[in-house]
Amino acid sequence: MSCSGPVSELPSLSAALDALRRNEVSSEELVSELLRTIECWNPTLNAYVYVNSEEALACAREADARRRAGDPAPWVGVPIGIKDNICVRGQPCTCGSKILKSYRSPYDATVSRRLREAGAVFVGRLNLDEFAMGSSTETSAWGPARNPWDVDRVAGGSSGGSAAAVAAGMAVAALGSDTGGSIRQPAAFCGCVGLKPSYGRVSRYGLVAYASSLDQIGPLTRTVRDAALLLSVLAGRDPMDSTSLDVPVPDYIAAVDQAPDDLRGRCIGLPREYFAEGIEPDVAQAVKAAVADMARLGADVVEVSLPHTHYAVAAYYLIATAEASANLARFDGVRYGLRVPSEDVLEQYERTRAEGFGQEVKRRIILGTYALSAGYYDAYYLRAQKVRTLIRRDFERAFQQCDLLLTPVAPTTAFRIGERISDPLTMYLGDIFTVPANLAGICAISIPAGLDSRGLPVGLQLMAPALEEARLLQVAHVVEQTRPRLPRPPLASRASGGSPA
Amino acid sequence: MNEHTTCSEDLAAEVRRVAKLARIYVSEDDVAQWTRDLGRILEYVRQLNELDVDSVEPTAHAIPVANVMRDDEPRPGLPHTEALSNAPAARDGLFIVPKIIE
Amino acid sequence: MKFAVSIGLEIHVQLRTRTKIFCGCPTTFGAPPNTQVCPVCLGLPGALPVLNREAVRLTVMAGLALGCRINLRSKFDRKNYFYPDMPKNYQISQYDLPLCVGGGLEIETPAGRRFIRLRRIHLEEDVGKNLHFAQSSGVDFNRAGVPLMEIVTEPDLTSADEAHTFLLALKEVLLHGGISDCNLEEGNLRCDVNISVRPEGADELGVKTELKNLNSFRAVHRALDYEIRRQIDLLSCGRTVVQETRRWNDELGITESMRTKEEAHDYRYFPEPDLVPVELTEEQLTEWRAQLPELPAARRARLVREYGLPEYDAKVLTADPDVADFFEAAARRSQQPKIVSNWIMTEVLRVLGERGSSIRDLPLTPDALAELIEMVQRGVINMPAAKSVLAELMEHGGRPAEIIERRGLVQISDRGALEPVVEEVLRDHPGPAADYRNGKAAALQFLIGQVMKRTRGKANPKLVAEVLRARLESQSPSS
Repeated sequence: MSCSGPVSELPSLSAALDALRRNEVSSEELVSELLRTIECWNPTLNAYVYVNSEEALACAREADARRRAGDPAPWVGVPIGIKDNICVRGQPCTCGSKILKSYRSPYDATVSRRLREAGAVFVGRLNLDEFAMGSSTETSAWGPARNPWDVDRVAGGSSGGSAAAVAAGMAVAALGSDTGGSIRQPAAFCGCVGLKPSYGRVSRYGLVAYASSLDQIGPLTRTVRDAALLLSVLAGRDPMDSTSLDVPVPDYIAAVDQAPDDLRGRCIGLPREYFAEGIEPDVAQAVKAAVADMARLGADVVEVSLPHTHYAVAAYYLIATAEASANLARFDGVRYGLRVPSEDVLEQYERTRAEGFGQEVKRRIILGTYALSAGYYDAYYLRAQKVRTLIRRDFERAFQQCDLLLTPVAPTTAFRIGERISDPLTMYLGDIFTVPANLAGICAISIPAGLDSRGLPVGLQLMAPALEEARLLQVAHVVEQTRPRLPRPPLASRASGGSPA
Repeated sequence: MNEHTTCSEDLAAEVRRVAKLARIYVSEDDVAQWTRDLGRILEYVRQLNELDVDSVEPTAHAIPVANVMRDDEPRPGLPHTEALSNAPAARDGLFIVPKIIE
Repeated sequence: MKFAVSIGLEIHVQLRTRTKIFCGCPTTFGAPPNTQVCPVCLGLPGALPVLNREAVRLTVMAGLALGCRINLRSKFDRKNYFYPDMPKNYQISQYDLPLCVGGGLEIETPAGRRFIRLRRIHLEEDVGKNLHFAQSSGVDFNRAGVPLMEIVTEPDLTSADEAHTFLLALKEVLLHGGISDCNLEEGNLRCDVNISVRPEGADELGVKTELKNLNSFRAVHRALDYEIRRQIDLLSCGRTVVQETRRWNDELGITESMRTKEEAHDYRYFPEPDLVPVELTEEQLTEWRAQLPELPAARRARLVREYGLPEYDAKVLTADPDVADFFEAAARRSQQPKIVSNWIMTEVLRVLGERGSSIRDLPLTPDALAELIEMVQRGVINMPAAKSVLAELMEHGGRPAEIIERRGLVQISDRGALEPVVEEVLRDHPGPAADYRNGKAAALQFLIGQVMKRTRGKANPKLVAEVLRARLESQSPSS
C-alpha cells in the first residue's frame, strides 16, 4: 500500500456500525484497514503513541465470532481510539509523560469499561500534551502530533492525537478529554467534531486528572451524529465518580435523527465579547457565514453579553494549575512510574519529578502551588473561584435570552509547530473561547465551519446549558448540514502557506 | 494584591520555595526561566483585581449536588501482584523506598 | 515559682466501619502487606474517592455523644504534603467546615468534676505504614484510606493525670456509642499532645511543644510527666522552650527533638474537587440522636438506680460497654445483681486482664454465669467448686449443670451421707476432737477440713460444721 496517496476512505462511526450490523464488513477487515492506515500515516502525524495491533486484531476476530453467534450489541467490533490519559486495563497510560513511560493501568476507566462491554475494540493510545497540559500537543514527551491539513502545523491540544487520527482516517472515532478546550480546539484545528459534555455527564473515573473540577471526557468524531452515538455509550451516573450526575440520559441519537430541517423557533445568541479584537478575519468570516445560514434556516439570532469573558483565562489558569499541583503530586516514584534513585527519599522525589515532568507541566505545578501557598491563597486561588462564579452567572443570564450560544472555537486556525511553545502566555490566551464552558460546567461542541484562505479548517463552537446535550447535538447537526463538506486533508506540508498575522 | 507585585529577586526566591513544596528539583537555569514565566503570568492574572468580588461566593464545583456517598459494603480490590505490578522496587509485598528517617 | 500547665490533645480514632473511607477495601487488621488495596487507596492515576456513608454517620454520632454542634453543611479538603506512606501525597481531610464543632466531656479529678472542651471533630483518611529495614524502608498501604476521626480538644487539661483520665473517659464514650473499637494494639486510637507551661497567673499560654509517638495511654502519661518537668526546668533556669515537635522515646522515657523540618509546613488546603459537600438536616440529626446508645455517665447512674449497685461497681462495669451488657443480661436472669457484679469484677475481669481479651471473645455466656450463681445460692455446689466450674466456662463454655454433673461436683448436703464420714474423722483424729471439747474452738476448723478432704471438696461446709458440732457436743467419744 502506498503511503503517498490520499487518505483511504474509512467509514464514519455511523457507517461502520451499519456496515458491521449488515455484515457488509467484518470487524477484522475494518480493524486491518485501520491498522494499515495507521502504519502508513502515523510516522508522519504522530497521532498514536502506542498501537496494539495484535491485541486489536484478536479482539476484532473475537467480535466477529460474537456477531456470528448472534450477539446483537450494536458496538461489537467497532474500533475506537483512546486518548493516552484514559485508562484501559493492561494497556499503557503514559499521559504523554516520561514519568509514566512504562506504566500499565491495572484497571479500566469507566468509559473504557462501558465501551468494552458494548463490544468496542481498543486500537491504540492517542497522543496528547503531557498530562493534557497544553493547546498544541507539543508538550508531549513523545513529540507533537501533526495536523493532517498541514503537517508543519499543530493538531491542537491537548487531544491533538485524537483529532489528527479522526481527521486523517486513522480512527473511526476517538475519546478525548477537555479541561479548557482540549477536545474542541484540536477538533477545530483538524476539521472534525469535538464534544465537551456538561460537567458530571460522563464519569471521570480512570481519566488521569489534570484539573478535577474542570475535566470531562468526550468524543472526537467525523460527524455530529457520531458524537451523539459515542456520547450515548459514555453518559450516565457512575458510582465510582462522586461528581457524575444521577440524572436521566436522553436519547441523543434520536435527538439527531429526529432533527428538523430548519432552526425555526431556536434562538441563537452571539456573545459580543467573543467577536472582539484578536480574531483572525477568516475565522470571523467563517462564523459570520454560519450565522447567515442559520438565520436563513429560521433561527432567531440575538446578540448577548458574557461580560466576564475577558477574565476567564486568568481564572482558569489559577484554578486548573492549583488543582493540578495536587493531582500530580502522586507521581513520586514510590508506587509506579519513573524513579530516579537516590539514598534520600526527599531527594528522590525532587530528582524523579524534575526528570519525569516536562517544562510546561512543571511550570503549571509551580504556578498552582504558588496560588495555593500560604499568603497567596485568597489573592489568587480564592479570587479565581469567585470570578468563576461570575462567569457561571454570565451564562445563566445569557441562556435566559437564547437557547444556544454560537462562537468561534479559537481566535486563529492551526498555528505552526514551535510558533508559540516558548511563549506560554500567548499559548494560554488562545484558550479564551473554550475555557468559559469548563468554568461554568456547561456543554459545548466544535464543528467544522469550513476552511480559511490557507486551506486550514475553522471551527464553530455551540454552547448549551448544563445537561442540554440533546439540544446541542440536534442544533449542531442541523448547522453541520449547512456547512460545506470538507475535502480530505492532504496529509502534507503546505510550505507555501503564510504564517498568521 | 499589589503587595505581591514582587521584584524578580523576590520572585526567584518564591520559585525556589514553591519548587521545594512541590518536590521538584530546580537548577539555576530553571529558576531563571520560571521566574520570568511566573512573573508574566502573575502580571496577567492580576487583572482579576479589577473585579469587586467581596460579596461573591466562590465556586468549587460546577455542579449543585451534595451527599453523594456509598454504602459501607466491601468491594474486591486489586490482586496483590497487580497492586505491585508497576512498582519501581518491591520486596516481600512492600513498596521499597530509600530508608526513611523519622 | 509555680507553673500552670496547659495540655491539648489531638486524638485519631479509627471508626468502626467494614470498609475504607473512600473505597470498598476492607479495614481488617493484620492482613499481609498490600493485600487490601485498590486503585483508589493506592492513589493510582485516574482513581477517584467516594465517601463512605457510615464513616459520616459514626463521626456525627461521636459529635452528638460529646455535645458538639453539628455543621449542617460540611466539606472535604486536600491537605498537601509529601511522604512515602501518602498514596496521593495529599490527604483528604476537613479544613474549615468539619462535621462537628465545640462540645466537650466531663471528667472526674481529685479536685472535682471538670469539663474539658473540644474544639472540633473532623473526618479524614489514614495513611499507609512504613516499615524500616537496614538499608531501606517498605510501605504497606493496607491502612491507607482507613476512616479516622480526629478529635481536637482545647488546651484545658492541666496535668498528665487529667489527660489520662480524659482519654479513658473518651474511650468509654466511643465504646458505648459503638463508634470505634478503641483497640489500642491495632492502632484504633492514636494521640498527639500539645503542651505548654507558664508561670501561674500569666494570661497567655506558654510556648508549646507537640509530642508524637505516643502508642498507649501509659505512654501519654509518662511523656507528659517528663515534658512538663522538662519545660518547667527550662523556665525555672531562665531559659525558653523552643516550639517544636518532640518524639517520645518509650525505652529511655524521654522526649527528643525531632529532626527539624527544612521549612515550616504549608499544607495548601483547598476544597477537594472530587467530593461533593455533605449536607445534613435537623430531622436526620434527630433520628441519629435517638439511635445514640446510652452513654457511660447515664448508664452508671442507671446501674446504681436499677440494680442497687454501689457507685464503685457501676464504674468498673461501665468501663467497657460489653462488660456492662454482660452484667445486665446476667443480673436480669439471676435476680442477684450484687453477686453477679462481684463475680464479674473479681473472677471474670481478672481473666480478661490476664488474657488481654474482650468479654465478647469469652465462651462464657451471661446465662451460664447466672445459672452458676443460682446453683451456689441453692447450695448445689460450694464456692471452691463454683470457681473451678467458672474457670472451665471461661475456657470452653458449656452449661454449668452439665459440667457439675460430669465432674461430680454436686455438694453433699445430705446429713445421712455425711455422718459416717464425720465418725471416721473423729475416730482417726481423737486429739483435735478432745481439744474442741476442752474449749479449743479452732480445732473444729481442722476437723471440717478433714471431712472436706475425704469428700473431695464436695461436702456442704456449713452442714459439716453442724454435724460435727452436734456429734461432739452430744456424746462423749466411744473409746
